[in-house]
Amino acid sequence: MNTQSNVMNESFDSQRIAPVSMSATRPMYWSMRRELWENRSIYVAPLAVAGVALFGFSLSSIAGIWEKPLRLNPAQPQAPYDMAAGLMMLTGIVVSVFYCLDALHSERRDRSILFWKSLPVSDVTTVLAKACIPLVILPLLTFAITVAMQWLMLLLSSAVLLVSGLSVATLWTKLSFLRMSWLLLYHVLTAHALWPAPIYCWLLLVSGWPRRATFLWAALPLVAIAGVEQIAFHTWHFAAMVGSRLMGAAPTVASTSPDMFPTDPMTQIAPAHFLSSPGLWIGLALAAVFLAAAVRLRRYREPI
Amino acid sequence: MACIEARGLRKAFGTNIALDGINLRVEEGRILGLIGPNGAGKTTALNAILGLTPYQGELMVLGRDPWTERDQLMRDVCFIADVAVLPRWIRVSQALDYVAGVHPRFDRAKAEGFLAKTTIRCGSRVGELSKGMVAQLHLALVMAIDARLLVLDEPTLGLDILYRKQFYDSLLNDYFDRNRTIVVATHQVEEVQHVLTDLMFINRGRIVFARSMEELESRYLEVIVHPEKVAAARALKPMHERQAIGRSILLFDLKFDLKLDPVANQELDRQQLAALGDVRTPSIADLFVAVLGDKPGNQAGQAQGAAR
Repeated sequence: MNTQSNVMNESFDSQRIAPVSMSATRPMYWSMRRELWENRSIYVAPLAVAGVALFGFSLSSIAGIWEKPLRLNPAQPQAPYDMAAGLMMLTGIVVSVFYCLDALHSERRDRSILFWKSLPVSDVTTVLAKACIPLVILPLLTFAITVAMQWLMLLLSSAVLLVSGLSVATLWTKLSFLRMSWLLLYHVLTAHALWPAPIYCWLLLVSGWPRRATFLWAALPLVAIAGVEQIAFHTWHFAAMVGSRLMGAAPTVASTSPDMFPTDPMTQIAPAHFLSSPGLWIGLALAAVFLAAAVRLRRYREPI
Repeated sequence: MACIEARGLRKAFGTNIALDGINLRVEEGRILGLIGPNGAGKTTALNAILGLTPYQGELMVLGRDPWTERDQLMRDVCFIADVAVLPRWIRVSQALDYVAGVHPRFDRAKAEGFLAKTTIRCGSRVGELSKGMVAQLHLALVMAIDARLLVLDEPTLGLDILYRKQFYDSLLNDYFDRNRTIVVATHQVEEVQHVLTDLMFINRGRIVFARSMEELESRYLEVIVHPEKVAAARALKPMHERQAIGRSILLFDLKFDLKLDPVANQELDRQQLAALGDVRTPSIADLFVAVLGDKPGNQAGQAQGAAR
C-alpha cells in the first residue's frame, strides 16, 4: 500500500483515540433508556395500579366520613398502606415477568436486532441493560411510586379526619411514615430484586432462545422438574422454592417479626442474616450463569 | 491495510453451504457491488463481515476480527439491511438521541440537516412513516456517522423509483469520499451500475467474477451482429449469445485467457468486432447473465453444493 494511504490510516488511528475515551457507562445508560422507550408498561402499569389503589382508598375514606371514619385499626394503622404496597409489589412482579419474557425476543421478532447490532454496543451491555430493568429499575420505580401513593393516601386520610373533626395528630404519630418507607425500600431491594434475580435472569435467557412461545419454554423445564420431584419423592420443594423466589418470600426480617410484609413498625430487619444466607448467593450465582449464557446467546441471534 | 480481507471464508447452514471458501480483498475508497441470485450467499457474506454470524476461515475488517470484536468494529462500520430494521416503536427524536448516545462518531446536527430536507417530523414514530421515509431516516442516521466502511444489503428493496434514485444520489453526493468504502449487495443492478468502482458476482457461495469497472469497460464488448455476419461472429468465441428483436447480441471478452481455452487462439480487438455490427459496453445485467448462464440454477447449485 502506498504512503499516502498509510498517512491516512494513521490519521484515522489518532482520530480513533479520542472517541474511545467516551465514557463506558454511556452506552449502558442509553440502552436502559431505550428499554424504557420500548416498554412503557414498566412505568405505566405501576402508575395505573397506584391510581386504582388511590381511587379505591379515596372511595372507602369518603364513604367512611359519615360512617366510621377510616375504620382504622388503632393497633395497625398501616394496614391499608401495606395492602396498597402489596398490590404494587405484585404489579412489579407481573411487569418484570412479562418484560423478561419479551426482552430478547421482541428485537428478533421485529428484526430491529440488526439495527441495534449495527451500533457499537456490546452484547454484554445490551443484556446487562435489560437485566437492570427487573433487578434495579423496576424495584426502585415501584418503591418511588408506592411511597408517593402512600403519601397521597396519608394526605387523604388526614383530610377525611379533619372534615370529620377527629385528631389528625393521632394518625401521624401512630403511623411512622418514614420508617415505613425505609422498610419498604429495604424490602424492595432484597426480596424483590436480589432474591428473585435467578428467576428473572432465567426468563431473560429463555427469551433469547425460541422463535415463539417464550413463556412455554420458560415454564416447561420448571414444571418438568417439579413434576419429576413430585413423582419421585412426593414432595413439592422445587415448586415451592420457585414460587417463594418469585413472590419475594426472602429471609429478610428477623423471625420474631410480626408479619411477612415488613412495614409493621415492630419489624426487625435482618440484613446480616439475609446477606449471609446461602440461598441468596446460590441464587445470585445462578443468575450470573444465566446472564452469561444470555450474552453468549445474543451474539448468535438473528432476526426470526 | 485492506478494508476487508477474507481468505477461505466458509459458512454452512446444516448441509447447505452458503459460503464456499471465499477469497476477497476490498481496498479502502472503493464502492463494491456484490451481485448474485437469491440464495447465492450475499447476505451471509455481509453478515460475516459485520460480525453477525460466525464463520470458518480468515476474515479481517479494518484490521479486526468481526465476530469477536463486533462492538468495537461498529465504531467504524455502518450497516443498512435489506428491510427496514428500525424498530417501529421508536420516535425519530429517540433514534437520534440513542445513536448520539452510543456512537462516538455520530454528528447529530448533520443527521438533523439531512432530515430537514425530508418530510419526516421528529415526533413521529417509525411505525407511522412510509417505507421510503424509514429508509431516508436510516440513511440520515448512517450518513451522519463518520464511518470508514458502509455495508448496504438491498438498501432500496421495496422503495419506489424516486426514493431509490434519491438514495444513491445522496449517498454519492453527501457521503462518499475517497476515505470511505462502500459494499452494496443488490438485485437492482442497473441502479448501481454508475455508482460502482468494483463489481463482484457471487453464485452458490463462490465468487465467480470480480473486476473493477474500468476493467469491465475496457475488456467486455457487446456486439449487435448484422444477420449475415452471425457465423463469423460466433467463430470468435463469444462468452454469450442472446436474441433480441430478431438480432443476435454477442458478448465478447477481449482479453480471453488463452490458457483456459487454447482453441480460442486470437486476441480480439474492437475494430474487428465493430466490423461485425454495432458495438457497445454491456450492462452489468447482461454480463451477469453471460457469466452465470441463462438459468438461475439455484436448486441445482444448492444440491451440488450439498453433495460436496
